[in-house]
Amino acid sequence: MGTSKNSAYAYQIVGGWDRLASLNTWGYPYVTGTSVIGIKYKDGILMTADMGGSYGSTLRYKSVERMKPVGKHSLLGASGEISDFQEILSYLDELILYDNMWDDGNSLGPKEVHNYLTRVMYNRRNKFNPLWNSLVLGGIKNGQKYLGTVNMIGVHFEDNHVATGFGNHLARPILRDEWHENLSFEEGVKLLEKCMRVLLYRDRSAVNKLQIAKITEEGVTLSKPYALKTFWQFSAFQNPTVGAEGSW
Amino acid sequence: MSKAAVDVPMKGGFSFDLCRRNEMLSKKGVQPPSFLKTGTTIVGLIFQDGVILGADTRATEGPIVADKNCEKIHYMAPNIYCCGAGTAADTEAVTDMVSSQLQLHRYHTGRESRVVTALTLLKSHLFSYQGYVQAALVLGGVDVTGPHLHTIYPHGSTDTLPFATMGSGSLAAMAVFESKYHEGLTRDGGVRLVTEAICSGIFNDLGSGSNVDVCVITKGQTEYLRNHQLPNPRTYINEKGYAFSKKTGL
Repeated sequence: MGTSKNSAYAYQIVGGWDRLASLNTWGYPYVTGTSVIGIKYKDGILMTADMGGSYGSTLRYKSVERMKPVGKHSLLGASGEISDFQEILSYLDELILYDNMWDDGNSLGPKEVHNYLTRVMYNRRNKFNPLWNSLVLGGIKNGQKYLGTVNMIGVHFEDNHVATGFGNHLARPILRDEWHENLSFEEGVKLLEKCMRVLLYRDRSAVNKLQIAKITEEGVTLSKPYALKTFWQFSAFQNPTVGAEGSW
Repeated sequence: MSKAAVDVPMKGGFSFDLCRRNEMLSKKGVQPPSFLKTGTTIVGLIFQDGVILGADTRATEGPIVADKNCEKIHYMAPNIYCCGAGTAADTEAVTDMVSSQLQLHRYHTGRESRVVTALTLLKSHLFSYQGYVQAALVLGGVDVTGPHLHTIYPHGSTDTLPFATMGSGSLAAMAVFESKYHEGLTRDGGVRLVTEAICSGIFNDLGSGSNVDVCVITKGQTEYLRNHQLPNPRTYINEKGYAFSKKTGL
């Protein structure tokens, strides 16, 4: 009876997210974070994300922490809608609480948390009311390193290096070439910074304020926010129309 | 005022007369033929002595690889070459056309062609077709005023850059350039970087593949290195061939 905005009669995958968005009023992102990159290294997982929260084409929030520890063994990084990320954190809080209440000495490891998130994301997608995020879940438990990703349609996998959003196009080629087993902490940070610098140059929603997070058996540490050095002094930029005055 | 006996067609640009007919046909389910596209990685960079261009060699028709070893680096002038991405027919035709125009211009002026000449001819042609000629080009060359590298977009806008990438694999290639490019590259360093960028496109982008073509342009000399690297060889070949040694039928 009338047009129901909350259910879908013709869910077309052709055309991409705008089709899904038009089918329900909540299914459109408002405040979004851009790429998250995660890699395995010698002692655990390194993950990085910048601190920008864009409101469409406006850079609205510049101190958004898009990575948060989960339980004792995991770290969750999110890109996409920030409010949905906060909702997911709330679900995970409840999950960890119930886990602690068992008081049995066991604790949910990163693999279990990743599986939980996959179920949540996939079930929401099936009800045409997705949580508009791409998540990176990394952690280490009993010496076993784990790094996985899940996104708003429920696609999930684990790998030695993962990225969301633009990171898939710009960072993963670099990681495929230069990642190797047993990176030291310094090497891992350098590699992540290399990727973040390319993203800073080429992703319009990137900001030059990033955090790097490290998870080892000892726990999670989030670095203080800092900025990357950039280089703009190419001679072609100084005088682009040399030899062709009046051109552009 | 007498009317003209014959309607003279408009000069230049596209005629959109058949659009309504095409729309009507597609509503009835008649699909237009698909284009041969060069889902591509093309790159260019400026090094200390000149310009190096690079390209992959895969031409696609939708999901199928139509040509696994096509040439995407087109000749414009002895000192100017142009890589093309987009619709193969468009890149081929527009570079051929401007190449001829440049040759006529060389005869007329008695001088070596300049990169900005090719640039202006290409951009004004593409602009007048309002983006319908789907050719995205990386134009590079060395002339009397020095080495130049430009990108030209299908709608006719251009950029002058120290390093450039275009095509579906441009992000993968640009990731390599942004992290490794610096000024004052030597010839070998430049060729290595270009090859790395094209390989990044070949292995990380589905629209690009097969081999790496490179073209090195310096003052007075151009080296066209066709199939400079072949990173996708055919690995499994049955040495015995396909002849069955035993009788397999009744």
